[in-house]
Amino acid sequence: MLEVRNLKLYYRTLRGYVRAVDDVTFQVRDGELLGLAGESGCGKSTLGNGLVLLKPPMNFVGGEVQLDGEKLPIEDYERMRDYRFKKVSIIPQYAMDALNPTRKIGRYIEEILESRGINFESVRETLIERLRLVNLPERVLRMYPIELSGGMKQRMVMVISTLLNPSLLIADEVTSALDVSTQKAVCLMIRNFKELGIVKSIIFITHDISVLYQIADRIMIMYAGKIAEVGKTAQIIQNPLHPYTKMLLTSLPEVGVRYTERMLSGIPGQPPQLLEPPKGCRFKERCPLRDKVCDKDPPLVEIEEDHVAYCWKVKPNA
Amino acid sequence: MKKYLRTKILVYVLTFIFAVTIDWLIPRLMPGNPILVLVSRFSGLPESARVMYSYLTKAFGLDQPLWKQYFNFWIAFLKGDLGISIYLYPKPVLDVLKSALPYSLGILLPSILASWFAGNSIGALAARRRRLDSILLPIMYFINGAPYLWLGIILAYYFGVVLRWFPIAGAYSFGLRPHLSWLFVGNFLKHWILPFLSLFIVQLGGWAIGMRNMVIYELESNYSRFLETLGVKNSLIRKYAFRNAILPQITGLALQLGTVIAGQVTTEVVFSYPGIGYILTQAILNQDYFLIQGCFIFIIIGVLIANFTVDLVYVALDPRIRYSYGGEIS
Repeated sequence: MLEVRNLKLYYRTLRGYVRAVDDVTFQVRDGELLGLAGESGCGKSTLGNGLVLLKPPMNFVGGEVQLDGEKLPIEDYERMRDYRFKKVSIIPQYAMDALNPTRKIGRYIEEILESRGINFESVRETLIERLRLVNLPERVLRMYPIELSGGMKQRMVMVISTLLNPSLLIADEVTSALDVSTQKAVCLMIRNFKELGIVKSIIFITHDISVLYQIADRIMIMYAGKIAEVGKTAQIIQNPLHPYTKMLLTSLPEVGVRYTERMLSGIPGQPPQLLEPPKGCRFKERCPLRDKVCDKDPPLVEIEEDHVAYCWKVKPNA
Repeated sequence: MKKYLRTKILVYVLTFIFAVTIDWLIPRLMPGNPILVLVSRFSGLPESARVMYSYLTKAFGLDQPLWKQYFNFWIAFLKGDLGISIYLYPKPVLDVLKSALPYSLGILLPSILASWFAGNSIGALAARRRRLDSILLPIMYFINGAPYLWLGIILAYYFGVVLRWFPIAGAYSFGLRPHLSWLFVGNFLKHWILPFLSLFIVQLGGWAIGMRNMVIYELESNYSRFLETLGVKNSLIRKYAFRNAILPQITGLALQLGTVIAGQVTTEVVFSYPGIGYILTQAILNQDYFLIQGCFIFIIIGVLIANFTVDLVYVALDPRIRYSYGGEIS
C-alpha cells in the first residue's frame, strides 16, 4: 500500500520554481491498479518518476511517502537506492531505448543484479518464467537490444523492472509509442503482473482515459500539478463531477457518432503555466462554472465512498 | 562478417589506387625540372651538362609521354620497385624510406596511442568531477587551439635553447653510430623526447574534450537513467557510459591519423628528425618525383592500414555495426 501525503515536487529553473506536483495526496491500495491521467504537462510523469528517481532539476519541496507502512526516503538519492528495483520499479516512457546497446541482454541483467548484490543463478528460473509470461523467447538473453523490435524491447524492460517483485510498479506512458493492436496486449500484461502477485500495486500513467477504462481499478485525474478528481473507474467514467473531468470525457470520441455532423467538443483554452500558477482553482480560467469562490483553494469534496473531487461546485451526495 | 570484410577491402583497394594515382600526378604538375637540379649540381662544362641532361632524362624515363610513365610506374610498383631518388642519386627510393621509417614510427605510434589513452582518461575524469572539469576544460581548449608549429618551436626553444635539457636536432648525436648500447639508447631517447612530447600534447586536447562531451552525453542518456531507476551502483553506470563513449573516439582515431601524419612532417622539420616527413620536405624542395611519390605511398599505406585496423576493432566492439552489415552479431 502506497500513501502519499502533501507531496510537492518542483522543478528549479532560472526564473523560479515550476510547481509540477503541488500538494498531492492520494493512496494506492494493495492489489490495485491506479490509473493516473491528465494532459501533457499536468505533472503525472513527474509524480511517477519522483517516486523512484528524484534528482535535479526535480526538487523535493515537501510531503511524505509511505510504502507498506515504511517511510520511503524519495528525497534522499543515496538512501533511496536500496528501495529502487526491490521495492519500487518503473517501466519508463523511453522503454524502447532503456537497454544498453552494447551488451547482450542476458549479460546486462546479470551485471545489474550483481551490482545490487543478487546472484543471477538464484533468479534465473524466475527470469525465464517471466519471459514466457510476456511472450519472449529465451534466446533474447543471448541477443543485443538492436536485434529486438520496439515492442520486444519494451516487454524486456517490463520483465527487468518487475524481476525482483517490487511492491509498487509505475508504468509511465507505456502505450504511447505502440500502435493500437499491441496496446491492449501490453496493458493486459501489466495488469497480469498484479493479478499474479508479482507486484502488489500499480500506478498506470497515461493521457489516454479509454485505456484506463479497460484496466484500471481506480482513476486519478490531474490538472496543472494538482489532483482534480479521484474515484473508482465506474464512478469517474459514468459520473464525473469535476468540470475538468466532465469536459475531458466529453471530448472523447464515441462509438456510433459521426463526427462530420457534430464536431468533437474539446476544452477551449490552455492549461496555466506552473511557474506562477493562478491563485485558487487552477482550472478556473477554462471552467464554465467559474465563480468568485474559485479564487480560493478548492475544497476536498467526498461525493461518496472512494469518490473525491477538488472543486467548489461539486456537492456531496448526502 | 565475410561480407563486411569484402566490402571494406574493396573500398580500401579502390582508395589506394585512387590516392596513388593522385600522388603520381601531382609532383609532375609542379613547375621546374628535377633533372636540371641534379645536373646543376655536377656543374661541369655546358657541353657535357647537355649530354648528361639527355642521358639522365632517358634513364629516369621522363622523356616518355605521361600515360606511358604512369603505366611504367605501376609495373615497377608491382615489382616492388619505387625507382631511384634523383636528389639522393643513386640511392633507391625504397632504401631511403626504409632507413627513415623506424624514426617516423618511433615518434608517431607512441604519441598517437599515449595521447589517445591519456586524453580519454582525462576527459572521462573531467566528465564526472565538476570542479576539475572547470579547470581542465579551458586548458584542453587552449592546447587544442594552439597552432602546432608554434607549440613545437616553443618547446624546442624553451627546453632546448633556454634550459638546454634536450638537444634540438637529429635522432642521435653526430658523433654516434646506431648500435645497441646504453649510451646510444640514452642518447636516442634524449633526442626523441621533444618531438614525441610536441605531438603528444597537440593531440591531447582534442581527445580529452571529445571524451568529456561523449561521457556526459552517455551519462544523460536513457539507458543510464534506467540503470539509475534500478538503483545499481554508480560504477556500473560509469562503466557502460565509458564503453559506449569510447566508440566514437575510436572512429576519431582513424580520422585523426591523416592529420597527425601531416603534423609529423612539421615535427620532423622543426626538430630536424630524420623520418619520412623530413625526407618528404627535402624531396619536394629538390623536385624529386620518385622520392615524393615513395613518401606518399608509405603515408597512404600507413593511413589505410591504420583505418582498416580501426574498422576491425570497431566491429569487435559494437554489435550495431555488425548488425548493419547483415546477419550474425554474436
